[in-house]
Amino acid sequence: MNAALDPTTPRPAAPTTAWELLRADFPILDQRVHGHPLVYLDNAATSQKPRAVLEAIDRYYRSENANVHRGIHELSNRATAAYEGARARVARFLNARSAEEIVFTRGTTEAINLVAHAWGARVRSGDAILLTEMEHHSNLVPWQLLAQRTGANLRYLPVTGDDGGLEVDRLGQLLTPEVKLFAFTHISNTLGTVNPVAELCARARGLGVVTLVDAAQSAGHLELDVQQLGCDFLAFSSHKIGGPTGLGVLYGRRELLEAMPPWQGGGDMIANVEFYASRWNVIPHKFEAGTPHIAGAVGLHAAMDYLDRIGRQRIFQHDQELAARAYEQLAGLAGIRLLGPKTGRAGLVSFHFSDVHAHDVVTVADQFGVALRGGHHCNQPLMRKLGLESTARASFYFYNTAGEVDRLVEVLREIRRFFHVPL
Amino acid sequence: MNDLSDLYQEVILDHSRSPRNYRPLEAPQRQAQGHNPLCGDQVTIYLAFEGDVIKDISFQGSGCAISKASASLLTESLKGRSTAEVKRLFDQIHALMTTGQSRGADLGKMAVFAGVHKFPARVKCAMLPWRAVVAALEDEGRAPTVSTE
Repeated sequence: MNAALDPTTPRPAAPTTAWELLRADFPILDQRVHGHPLVYLDNAATSQKPRAVLEAIDRYYRSENANVHRGIHELSNRATAAYEGARARVARFLNARSAEEIVFTRGTTEAINLVAHAWGARVRSGDAILLTEMEHHSNLVPWQLLAQRTGANLRYLPVTGDDGGLEVDRLGQLLTPEVKLFAFTHISNTLGTVNPVAELCARARGLGVVTLVDAAQSAGHLELDVQQLGCDFLAFSSHKIGGPTGLGVLYGRRELLEAMPPWQGGGDMIANVEFYASRWNVIPHKFEAGTPHIAGAVGLHAAMDYLDRIGRQRIFQHDQELAARAYEQLAGLAGIRLLGPKTGRAGLVSFHFSDVHAHDVVTVADQFGVALRGGHHCNQPLMRKLGLESTARASFYFYNTAGEVDRLVEVLREIRRFFHVPL
Repeated sequence: MNDLSDLYQEVILDHSRSPRNYRPLEAPQRQAQGHNPLCGDQVTIYLAFEGDVIKDISFQGSGCAISKASASLLTESLKGRSTAEVKRLFDQIHALMTTGQSRGADLGKMAVFAGVHKFPARVKCAMLPWRAVVAALEDEGRAPTVSTE
């Protein structure tokens, strides 16, 4: 074995940066996988959780746990305060006008499905929904279902090619009066493209088209201001920003949320129930049927506090530095095809080797302790358009280091050696 | 690194780089497609018989080293076998790939797939051509498609 890859080879001590010190906040990072130090580069799939989040959830279950909104006893008051406090924190996190514009869901996917159902109730046959070719299946299939229910049509703003841009010039042609909603991702989970959200929203708003931004890949990585972006809806997931799984957020402009019918029935979403009819609760409760993920909201609150102590602007800068470092070194490997923009990319790099399949890359990398993702990244139509079946992807977060990027490249060289292909 | 060289044995690397019987049959009597939607792996198996015995078998497709080598070795090991033998072999291969044990069965070169069981995510890749060949044998109609999902 190459000495550099031998886990017993002593490594030179690198100067410790402030970023590396943050790693101590993430207990999970301090472990070996298959005998090697874990290098976790699957952050676009899910992020790891800082101790502050783990402790907040633990504290909630130990001292505050009760059901929310209807209890009169002390614990229920505490749980309600914690849950609604998290909602107010999300409103600040996104600079929404009020906490009433924040709906908790199970995740980004459910948030988009909520809009496709509840807002979608006004969609009629012949209407059109505009998407882009780089949407994750979660911002594509809910609209296909809506189109099937209503007879509406789907349209796609094309992706330029491997460089991962959007053909924004085509917007004028596509945004005709039939289009009722334009849904698009902020950051592509496959390409690493950062889309010009404010510009796209302004174009749509000028024509009275409602906008939805899939912020799953951006919420934990850069500052979001829904008023500045000018979007009508925005969705993200707790688990990708350091919070627990099973919780997501839908931001919706008040006027739209108020005009929308509920989409799930049950407790908490009603004002009054009779045997044959009910009246709905006010927003946002109208969209939260049943006992919510209270502990999840508490964990998300802690995650947002944690991120904002670091500063999301600084996080994005760090992401970009790591992505640029990875891109530069990977571009030097033989037989590699890199997806997405050369510059200004978000913190992920997706690549394809002409002679080693992505699943083989990911399997072997895992044996060196490097966690990557391989496959179509829930972007099947885009992959097909680019003539690819699968790619391998490395995605970074603030606790990743330049040393880990170098380690990735070293391991990829070893993988090519392993499969006897040119370096 | 032992697990890794168990998974990617030289035979597997060799067959993935230069797959045997990699061509369509001119007049296949049966054929079936295997598809893994997770990674896009695709394999088509072509079969020709003499009575109940496989006279010729070939494949085409694209995929990872494991699925390609599995298809290549499958074509080598099934020529001259009866339908009943193929089905028995399928069960033995499945047991080998999921447990690492051959349970006394003589699997010839296919025994190199014992290492797959330590990589649960990759069992589907290795089994894909086997699922396709069984689908081809069971389906009286033409060209069924099997999926790992």
